[in-house]
Amino acid sequence: MKYYRSKNYIGLLYISPWIAGFLLFKLYPFVMSFIYSFTEFSILDKSVFTGLDNYIYMFTKDKLFFPALKATLAYVLMTVPMKISFALFVAMLLNMKLRSINIFRTAYYLPSIFGGSVAVSVLWRFLFMKEGIVNKFLGFFGIKSIDWLGNPDVALFTVSLLAVWQFGSSMVIFLAGLKQIPNELYEAAIVDGASRMRKFFSITLPMISPVMFFNLVMQTINAFQEFTGPYVITGGGPMNATYVYSILVYDNAFRYFRMGYSSALSWVLFLLIMVFTALLFKSSSYWTYYEDGGK
Amino acid sequence: MNAATLHRKNVKMMRHGIAKVLLYTFLIAFGIFMVYPLLWVIGASFKPNDEIFKSINIFPSKVVLDSYVKGWQGTGQYTFGTFLINSFKLVIPVIIFTIVSSTMVAYGFARFNFPLKKPLFGIMIATLMLPDSVTLIPRYILFNRFGWVDSYLPFIVPALFASHSFFIFMMVQFLRGLPRELEESATIDGCNSLQTLIKIVVPLCKPAIISMSIFQFIWTWNDFLNPLIYINSVDKYTVALGLRMSIDGTSVIHWNQIMAMTVIAMLPSIIIFFLAQKYFVEGVATTGLKG
Repeated sequence: MKYYRSKNYIGLLYISPWIAGFLLFKLYPFVMSFIYSFTEFSILDKSVFTGLDNYIYMFTKDKLFFPALKATLAYVLMTVPMKISFALFVAMLLNMKLRSINIFRTAYYLPSIFGGSVAVSVLWRFLFMKEGIVNKFLGFFGIKSIDWLGNPDVALFTVSLLAVWQFGSSMVIFLAGLKQIPNELYEAAIVDGASRMRKFFSITLPMISPVMFFNLVMQTINAFQEFTGPYVITGGGPMNATYVYSILVYDNAFRYFRMGYSSALSWVLFLLIMVFTALLFKSSSYWTYYEDGGK
Repeated sequence: MNAATLHRKNVKMMRHGIAKVLLYTFLIAFGIFMVYPLLWVIGASFKPNDEIFKSINIFPSKVVLDSYVKGWQGTGQYTFGTFLINSFKLVIPVIIFTIVSSTMVAYGFARFNFPLKKPLFGIMIATLMLPDSVTLIPRYILFNRFGWVDSYLPFIVPALFASHSFFIFMMVQFLRGLPRELEESATIDGCNSLQTLIKIVVPLCKPAIISMSIFQFIWTWNDFLNPLIYINSVDKYTVALGLRMSIDGTSVIHWNQIMAMTVIAMLPSIIIFFLAQKYFVEGVATTGLKG
């Protein structure tokens, strides 16, 4: 131990790239976007301080702000619960000590490796076209063709299905969590004559709750920032139904070069994400269970 | 054992057997359902154009390679080959620099005590949750001032400075699980800390380094927003941008060409996934990466 303590500053030397990177690429932009949010600023001109104008404009005049907010909230509230419950359900099936579980795990994880790529969004567009194979498939069951991408009531759901399809990483995290639950708990429950449902609610769910919490937080933060899917699959349409917040920020910054205004937009998104995360953290003390009795 | 209990036992076993069969049937059906879209697009890329939307069949009635040839050539002056090479030009340095910088930083955090270590580590963890979108615009303005727009420097330089906290966190977790005896004996043998890092720690960290490279490859390869912002000229387009351009540029007639290029865009990720599956799953499970 002495060795490590005597070389006090060498550690700092090792982490110095990260410190520099943090200051330059994280902290500085973070502070600057707050400052820019009170200015009018296109990259070409100097920035002009405009006080709260950007924020006032956002809430009173920008016709796309509330639709974007609505689409994003709907996207988050659809995607995250669907993805997580799906991931947990499948992880529980795979945890039943089956043979060849690896093959299944591979198949279920495979879609996740494409993340938010253009390729997978293009694929989605083809699958859900009016004459696409999803409608063909539904036709076998006598279901009439659905306008998955053109109907404003359905388009956002179609886009969020892409994220649900990619539940693989949540599943793997759940699977790792499920493996850690000591078998004795279930054995004791069986001796006590507990039903399957009872075992799930009284053992599995409490024991998995920290993992659930982690998944919820990370998935929520990601879902709020979704860009590629809605941008490539539906281009924000139809009738702005999939015009999520990130597209609004992108359009203002890089199509209209309103850097000040888009900074203000991104700060509102940031605060929204913080509020959601804080709520999750706050509520977690009621529903997460830590064996050592909390932190 | 009398006949009644024997009978009950048989019924129980049968029920167990039926449950197993049902479960396997479900898992297989669900697996096909999950992978089907990928198989379909691969099949469709070999189909004649007018056959693509006729059936949900994966296999083409006759194999057509024309989609790959024409799709590869594209419509403009650049072939898809240019975009592939560009993507590698961007991704490979990013991976190498990420490995070097993240390993170094993680080594610093995991093996040394220094002033402000705890708060700095806390900040590092906090940046895991910092949404990228809030730093996007000033970072663009900064890189624009540096004259880095329309080059790969906005990707490469942050990698050099260990900007992906996920990987630092992952390495720290891994290093904490490694016994220190080897490093201590290396010190006794007269190695300094850098020699210890290179000769002892890095070889032991091989699995974590492989996981890191795979994830960084997949994320950077699939990234769309950042190339969209930073890369303007077509000769520097990555695969993601090239593919996006091809769906804008061509009319809907050439579906099979677009599908062929979609398959090509996915291929590197698929190859890496199957080569290094073990590291994928372990990487996700131990650190909870977003994947």
